[in-house]
Amino acid sequence: MSKIHVSTTINGDPTEFLCEADESLLDVLRDRLQLTGAKEGCASGDCGACSVEVDGRLVCSCLVLGAEAEGAEISTIEGVANGEDLHPIQRKILEHAALQCGVCTPGIIVAAKNLLAKNPDPTETEIRYWLAGNLCRCTGYDKIITAVMDAAAEMRGA
Amino acid sequence: MVKVTVWGSLRAATDGQAEVEVDASTFKEVLDALQLNYPGLTDQIEQGVSMAIDGKIYKDSWFTPVKPDSEVILMPLMQGG
Amino acid sequence: MALDEYQKRDFKIIGTRPQRPDGIDKVTGRAQYGADFYLPGMLTGKLLRSPHAHARIKSIDISAAAALQGVKAVVTGNDFPGGAKGDTLDVQDHCLARNVALYDGHAVAAVAATSAKIAQAALELIKVDYEILPHVTSIEAAMPTGAPLVQEGRRGRKIPEEYSDNCTGMCEFGHGDLDAGFAKADLIIERTFKTSSTHQGYIEPNACLANMGPDGRADMWCCTQGHFQVRNLCAQMMGMDQSALRVTASEIGGGFGGKTTVFIEPVALLLSRKANLPVKMVMSREEVFKASGPTVASLTDVKIGMTKDGVITAADALIRYEGGAWPNMTIFPGAQSAFACYDLSAVRAQGLNFLTNRPLQAAYRAPGAPQSIYAVEAVVDELALELGLDPIDVRLKNAARKGTKSSYGPTYDEIGLIPLLEAAKAHPHYTAPLGPNQGRGLSSGFWFNFGGETCVSLAIDFDGSVTLVEGNPDIGGSRASMSMMAAEELGIPYEKVRTIVADTASLGHNEVTHGSRVTFSVGLATIKAARAAIKEMCRRAAKTWGIDEEAVVWEDGYAKPAGANAGDHEPLSLAQIAAKSSRTGGPIVGHHEVMAEGAGVSFGVHICDIEVDPETGFTKVLRYTVLQDAGKAIHPDYVEGQMQGGAVQGIGWALNEEYIYGEDGRLQNAGFLDYRIPVASDLPKIDTVILEIPNPGHPYGVRGVGETGIVPPLAAISNAMSHAINVRMSELPMSPPRVLKAIKDKG
Repeated sequence: MSKIHVSTTINGDPTEFLCEADESLLDVLRDRLQLTGAKEGCASGDCGACSVEVDGRLVCSCLVLGAEAEGAEISTIEGVANGEDLHPIQRKILEHAALQCGVCTPGIIVAAKNLLAKNPDPTETEIRYWLAGNLCRCTGYDKIITAVMDAAAEMRGA
Repeated sequence: MVKVTVWGSLRAATDGQAEVEVDASTFKEVLDALQLNYPGLTDQIEQGVSMAIDGKIYKDSWFTPVKPDSEVILMPLMQGG
Repeated sequence: MALDEYQKRDFKIIGTRPQRPDGIDKVTGRAQYGADFYLPGMLTGKLLRSPHAHARIKSIDISAAAALQGVKAVVTGNDFPGGAKGDTLDVQDHCLARNVALYDGHAVAAVAATSAKIAQAALELIKVDYEILPHVTSIEAAMPTGAPLVQEGRRGRKIPEEYSDNCTGMCEFGHGDLDAGFAKADLIIERTFKTSSTHQGYIEPNACLANMGPDGRADMWCCTQGHFQVRNLCAQMMGMDQSALRVTASEIGGGFGGKTTVFIEPVALLLSRKANLPVKMVMSREEVFKASGPTVASLTDVKIGMTKDGVITAADALIRYEGGAWPNMTIFPGAQSAFACYDLSAVRAQGLNFLTNRPLQAAYRAPGAPQSIYAVEAVVDELALELGLDPIDVRLKNAARKGTKSSYGPTYDEIGLIPLLEAAKAHPHYTAPLGPNQGRGLSSGFWFNFGGETCVSLAIDFDGSVTLVEGNPDIGGSRASMSMMAAEELGIPYEKVRTIVADTASLGHNEVTHGSRVTFSVGLATIKAARAAIKEMCRRAAKTWGIDEEAVVWEDGYAKPAGANAGDHEPLSLAQIAAKSSRTGGPIVGHHEVMAEGAGVSFGVHICDIEVDPETGFTKVLRYTVLQDAGKAIHPDYVEGQMQGGAVQGIGWALNEEYIYGEDGRLQNAGFLDYRIPVASDLPKIDTVILEIPNPGHPYGVRGVGETGIVPPLAAISNAMSHAINVRMSELPMSPPRVLKAIKDKG
């Protein structure tokens, strides 16, 4: 079976790749494009470690086919910072020590960024339910919530 | 001579005694003396034991000194997570 | 002698909260975890796993698989050269079976191919002829004589007749006269408690990349809590010298004890040797659940006698664990820790271990202690309630303290349990009002903490920056703590110290990152290595000034003359001394190798409030407070992180997590959907209170903190549940169906 040729945009860069029909976007990002920031935690859409945005929509890249990236705008963790300048969410996660092993962190950052773009002033409950799809086993979520609320406040100019 | 407390399931090898006396002045000498006097302890000692000496736990540290009035407790080797 | 005197002092850096050195890599996706390594020509390795809980492997035909284009190696357990013995052979068999499959998911063959797709196709071409055997997957089924036997010849010494040959070990701890003790009690309560097997639940599946050359030397990258341990286990299994295998630890996406051993690493090496190419293996989530190392399940009887004033007169526990198809030693820390929080004159804790057709257990944060302490703390709570006594007062009355002969033998030195109980009583949480269907629960907790083999090397670089090389994978932010301790000793800014975790070829042996040992042991070694470097720098300054070594002191990052008599010399900074080091004698490196001893025990107290929905049995955690004695909190953020993380794992264990096996002996919930760990919306903020009662065995007073946090939540939540629904609960997890049943049965 021949591979599928895909043209897409990733973190603002035009990108082309070949992939199998049944390859997930996650596998393409990691194994074909060397973008290993998105992680495989479960390959079944339960843990959120593979979170990316497709046309502004938060998805588990393990549940998206590589071929579905055709013509879409993909945003991954690698595109969150602006060169050397960290995004406020990234800065606040560091400031509040909201990561321990860090493997869930890329997914959490992508998910939180997606939330704040839609809802710049979320309550603690709204943040918790939005991030319910991102499993963290190290932190108990406490400092993550603090960091996201603090980032939201900074972004609002509060 | 120093008194050594042996944990419960090993007491079968020391004729039921919880506490035995041996002639020893280091961790290793305690183990050697125990094996000599109570051969039933050999298997466990070879598998590995810790010893609490005056409240501090030592893991197989042969040359740790033991005083005649030290509290010495034989313990299993520890593992963590 | 490796014990150090604790010295009270004022700190400049210790106790502050600087940013961690690996932080930016981790928030940008740059950090490399186990599955993030790639080598040219790399093959993908996959494992064929038994669908049966217990089956003899009559034959395996790999010919069709080996002939498939793109397949470069096919191996079975019989391809290991035979160097592994004893416990290591058990671990090897758990990784890859030789003649018998002992659990659902047990690997029986492995393939390395040029793509994952081809490897998967090759697995499907392997023909295995199984003879299915009877299986057992629970303690109750494995215990009685006549039970199906998991393995021959594993019966422990002096096991009572009433137990089957699946009983591999027995232990007993305690002291005093139990009968006399119980005779003095006004109230005796006896209960039996059950907990299920749970998984550490690390988000990063086990992953490794093995690269073995024709010269018999190999490199391995893997996510692990102990790369020296990986090296030594794999070298033994592969019949290699330890120095022929170099293991590099990647960043690790969680371990919690589950990554203190090997699962796929030896197999990757075996494949790589056969294929003469690098082989990468990554476990799927299903494989992680089925075939890595979950915790022991437990069945525990506890009997405690108390006077009406709340004094415990006798305490007895029989703790039964099952930890899979090979023997394990978790009953020892389980039985030793059961009553460790109490000052008792008559106490006994007995442990029994049983084999089952399940994966071999691995450590999980304070192995054995959550299960046994859960049972004890639940009975203490019930006694307090029946006698109309405050639960904290009862614990204060019986609390272990300095001078207490512990239930496991040694006499305690200065410990923090009483201050913790007093702080809990004074905390606003303890008196916050409760509404309908709400309940409050409390529990103490304990863990031993370890020392162990530790080697570090601290180099003073020419420009005055410092490189600290250690050998313990960083699972909680320890690199930051090491840099802080080195900077504190040297008197230089934190940012000037870079701490790295080196590979196995760069240092002497380092014990696994477990047992809450790293901040204690590696910190101790770091402090000593820094002091050694300081001594050398003072010697260089003395030579430069032409005065005696003894006449030089180190202060705030400078070598200075000790007094006016030493002469009028301008202080020399660390950077200045470093710049001239080649001319004054050569590179300046402090190092320290030690068998660290003197680790301090760590106690914790948790308070939690829950609310139960009586129509669905669903439980909401309303309020949770963790109090813990850290000895000295080097970096308070990371100490809080350990407390909160451990507590939430315990909450999951208490409310939802369990391994569910079917009648066919197969694991039914091998995924995150049905093995439900806590998510962000399940929880409130977790309040933390750190107390500091210094450990006399560490220069700064550090006690390990990583593990204690998982111990109290099981009983804290269970006790809260018992109060919320007025039914005494004795089985975990208290998932909605079980809670609903308890409410309905009560009527």
